[in-house]
Amino acid sequence: MPQIVTANSLIEGDVVFRTADGGWVRDIDAAGVLADKAAAEAAHAAALQDVKAAKVVDVALIDVTAEAGKVVPVKLRERIRAFGPTVKSDHRADLKPFTA
Amino acid sequence: MYRYDEFDAAFVHERVAQFSDQVVRRVAGDMTEEEFRPHRLMNGLYLQLHAYMLRVAIPYGTLSSRQLRKLGRIARVYDKGFGHFTTRQNIQYNWPALKDIPAILGELAEVEMHAIQTSGNCIRNVTADHFAGAARDEVADPRPYAEILRQWSSIHPEFSFLPRKFKIAVTGAAHDRAAIRVHDIGLEVRRNEAGEIGFRVLVGGGQGRTPMLAREVNAFVPEKDLLAYIDAIMRVYNLYGRRDNKYKARIKILVHETGLDELKRQIEAEFEAIKDGVLTLPADEVERIEAYFAPPVFPERPAASASFEAARAADREFDRFARVNLHPHKTPGYTSLTISLKPIGGIPGDASADQMDVVADLAERYAFDEIRVSHEQNLVFPHVALDDVHAVWSVLKEHGLATANAGLVTDIIACPGLDYCALANARSIPVASRISERLGDPDRQEAIGPLSIKISGCINACGHHHVGHIGILGVDKKGVEVYQLTLGGSPDETAAIGEIVGPGFDSDQIVDAVETVVDTYLKLRSSPDETFLAAYRRVGEAPFKEALYGA
Repeated sequence: MPQIVTANSLIEGDVVFRTADGGWVRDIDAAGVLADKAAAEAAHAAALQDVKAAKVVDVALIDVTAEAGKVVPVKLRERIRAFGPTVKSDHRADLKPFTA
Repeated sequence: MYRYDEFDAAFVHERVAQFSDQVVRRVAGDMTEEEFRPHRLMNGLYLQLHAYMLRVAIPYGTLSSRQLRKLGRIARVYDKGFGHFTTRQNIQYNWPALKDIPAILGELAEVEMHAIQTSGNCIRNVTADHFAGAARDEVADPRPYAEILRQWSSIHPEFSFLPRKFKIAVTGAAHDRAAIRVHDIGLEVRRNEAGEIGFRVLVGGGQGRTPMLAREVNAFVPEKDLLAYIDAIMRVYNLYGRRDNKYKARIKILVHETGLDELKRQIEAEFEAIKDGVLTLPADEVERIEAYFAPPVFPERPAASASFEAARAADREFDRFARVNLHPHKTPGYTSLTISLKPIGGIPGDASADQMDVVADLAERYAFDEIRVSHEQNLVFPHVALDDVHAVWSVLKEHGLATANAGLVTDIIACPGLDYCALANARSIPVASRISERLGDPDRQEAIGPLSIKISGCINACGHHHVGHIGILGVDKKGVEVYQLTLGGSPDETAAIGEIVGPGFDSDQIVDAVETVVDTYLKLRSSPDETFLAAYRRVGEAPFKEALYGA
């Protein structure tokens, strides 16, 4: 199964995803999708260097599906991390609940 | 209300300065996450699913308008415009950035607040009855004792690295609204036959994966011995509490494994060694602290209010609010008023920055400048003149804060669950919202009567599901959310741990299951006066089991 590398940015705390060129972005569709184990291990090892460099924390490899440019995590927990809480609330117009 | 003395103020400011420096060093890469984590946790800062989460202590759930306005300002400036009130009478911010934490802590310090000891294996925020100092059935205000415990336990060198976290709750009334039987130590303020104040002391309650009810270790500890006695308990726990296994480290396990009699013997032996020493509470110091909690001067009013009664007669909606959300006050002509943070279909415990401002303004104008946070995740005005209730209600209503459901089936406790929490296995809030929508019809809720639903998204039980009349525990079964139903739990003086009624339900079924339980109760109750809990205790789980799973 394809994987991507995710983390939280150190300073903001935001959920971020590692791109193919080693950057960190909030948009999961821009994540570098890792087709095999070797690619995943290499990306994970590189991401750990960014932990040392105080850029990100809590690095993890997660399983995803990647079709037609849409990257979707397999686990609900990771979908919630990627797309935000599923709760609806009047208090947060900026957060659009998604259907889990 | 307690005001910081010079020591408190200086200490909190020093801590803000220390932590600010630690944040700078962390961001610069001079500290690793492993080095930084204990520091941030000691200052109430977690890393959750989406962002950092800052948990701010609200000692014994008491706030002034000035403090609540500050909490609203922090929500507005540094977060996404809202905060979340918790079952520990604290507030959590779900979206602060690490770089802003020093500024937030600095602003909190301006209003004598902080986030110290809201995490870690130390004595956490001491909680109390949210109607403290107001309730008609109260022996004495529990908050001066909660404050004494707060002062004693703050950065206590001996008790800053306990085997596990430690929670204390205090009630001043025999009717327990503070859930003292599910705390590590529960205290009930009592008077003896001579009229002297003392404490019934319960030890070893807790929820989580091994729910247990606290046991009595002493029926009456005199007031002067409060700290010496609690210190004795802490010493026994600190010595013998298990450090080899996180899941067996709470004092409830020690009580269970040691046996009550032997534990009492150990506590008494410690107590004998330290009593009448430096920990003895001087009467004048107790009086000094009590003075901070002296009730406001209540202008004399008739016990009944003609304007209040007229407003009730004129407006059915207000009448319902008055029936459901008011609580008897010790002073004639006054009442305590619950501001529900459980709008139908909403998120239990959330309040927007604007709502916090509205509540702060109302408190200043009508409620003697005092607000409480309840462990049920609502806000309370402890003191309001009956004459003013309609005016308060009208403003609350304009701001979505007048839901008449205190203690009813939609007054649901729910943990943040998988929508926010890094530990959760299943979502809680959306389940609460859907149950609330299903059962939210006001007439139906009132017909159902007092019924608590409590929802946790993992076995840690932050949503108190073990003591819900109906408890819901979300678990992960092979990647799918499944919800276990427990019945018959209760957090009060008749405390009980709910029993699992049968196999769990998936997310699409759980609301129907809850409705089935409620409808079964309505059919079998002996009269509309028989509450859900009373009916359950009379008939047991069999009729509910049959309705849920068939014969």
